[in-house]
Amino acid sequence: MDEALLRSLTPGVLGILVRRGADFAAAEDAVQDALLEAVRVWPSGQPRDPKGWLVTVAWRRFLDAARSDTARRRREDLADEEPEPGPVSGTDDTLWLYFLCAHPSLTPSSAVALTLRAVGGLSTRQIARAYLVPEATMAQRISRAKRTVGGARFEKPGDVGTVLRVLYLVFNEGYSGDVDLAAEAIRLTRQLGAAVDHPEVAGLLALMLLHHARRPARTAPDGSLVPLAEQDRGRWDTGAIAEGVAILQAALARDRLGEFQAQAAVAALHADAPTAQETDWVQIVEWYDELARLTDSPVVRLNRAVAVGEADGPRAGLAALATVDPGLPRRTAAEAYLRERDGDPRTAARLYAEAAREASSLAERDHLTRQAARLNTRPGA
Amino acid sequence: MAKYLLLKHYRGAPAAADDVPMDRWTPEEISAHVQYMRDFADRLQETGEFVDGQALAPEGTWVRYDGEGRPPVTDGPFAETKDLIAGWMVIDTDTYERAVELAGELSAAPGAGGRPIHEWLELRPFLAEPPTVTE
Repeated sequence: MDEALLRSLTPGVLGILVRRGADFAAAEDAVQDALLEAVRVWPSGQPRDPKGWLVTVAWRRFLDAARSDTARRRREDLADEEPEPGPVSGTDDTLWLYFLCAHPSLTPSSAVALTLRAVGGLSTRQIARAYLVPEATMAQRISRAKRTVGGARFEKPGDVGTVLRVLYLVFNEGYSGDVDLAAEAIRLTRQLGAAVDHPEVAGLLALMLLHHARRPARTAPDGSLVPLAEQDRGRWDTGAIAEGVAILQAALARDRLGEFQAQAAVAALHADAPTAQETDWVQIVEWYDELARLTDSPVVRLNRAVAVGEADGPRAGLAALATVDPGLPRRTAAEAYLRERDGDPRTAARLYAEAAREASSLAERDHLTRQAARLNTRPGA
Repeated sequence: MAKYLLLKHYRGAPAAADDVPMDRWTPEEISAHVQYMRDFADRLQETGEFVDGQALAPEGTWVRYDGEGRPPVTDGPFAETKDLIAGWMVIDTDTYERAVELAGELSAAPGAGGRPIHEWLELRPFLAEPPTVTE
């Protein structure tokens, strides 16, 4: 029984049902029924056209449910008027479902939950565990999201950028519960890439692969953060790096630069360096300049200041940092690092301690506290 | 989404605006207060923002390791002036502003005379898992 195949077929099947006029929630129930049926029946002989099989079974289930519910009379009429299941363009329906789940009327967290449920085919329990909330709460979040987009109809495709932002949110959640959300985000982005021809989809996929490749080296066995410069590069996944770089190069060759491609270019330059000292910081600064032009985001200016500090020395980095809003998260940590490199350990220690108090994650706070302690306890401090 | 802890205090917080001790309320007023908090939790479950909530007994004990082979030292119940946590609720909201809004709503639970008590609630963000991307 090929679970990966079933999960990759789910969004297309669901998309077809919804397009034929099925209410979103009822369509999802019907698709779940069809998947269960497939798990039961396929081991003794997989159909030649698995997707067509799923569409037919799901559509029948949907009609049965609609018929058995007299209160849903109107929906039944609607369903009966629709043509019988036949060949449909698969990629369009998958794509359409991505747009629906990332609909602008949804809050980011609802869009994320709905995407994982409807496009990713994860169970509500799995999503609840990944986000550390009760299953009942997640069930409500998803059913509210379904109601919100229930009446949405698209005349034309939605905004790919909206879908990509949702997938990037999923990716950033990383790993908790029994689902690796980063790996799931990569899978969904690959699937999206098969349905839509857009260089930013490739850019995001490359970015995810390049970050994912370095993940094993990012944390020590005790869970503490290992900064990029100190990571054991032998633990990076060279296969994923090579794939990410190849995807990025193909995307850049199309000359339609976007935010994700530029970010992936920075990640690729880090991944390419055999040692931290050999990092091409000059080129990284240039990519941050491109990013700043594309987004003008304060986070980009902060990262650029750190890169300038590496390329042109800590004084130049501090000058670049002066234009970054003092309230921005991680700005204090960046300043502490630059002050230390500029030969001012006392100020650096004070700033590291301050940055630790501002940190939003435990691993980051512990890391910054250790930095402050290192400077405060060394001989002559 | 980010998780926040809403802390209710028995003591140690600034006085509520409608500061009548609970044992001076009528039984109906107490029921109304409890019901308000239940309804609040139910509503949050429907919006997908509820994570957890528990009430705590007022008796707390300070406990400390007292060396190898010895039972832990206990320091008895809290002194009257010490801070004391009455209960908590954990919520998961899209923004900090929404968390503040919800804390404000919970603080409006009815008290004596059915008036909102305007009690102070402490709102504390959870430290999150580090995001996958930091460099």
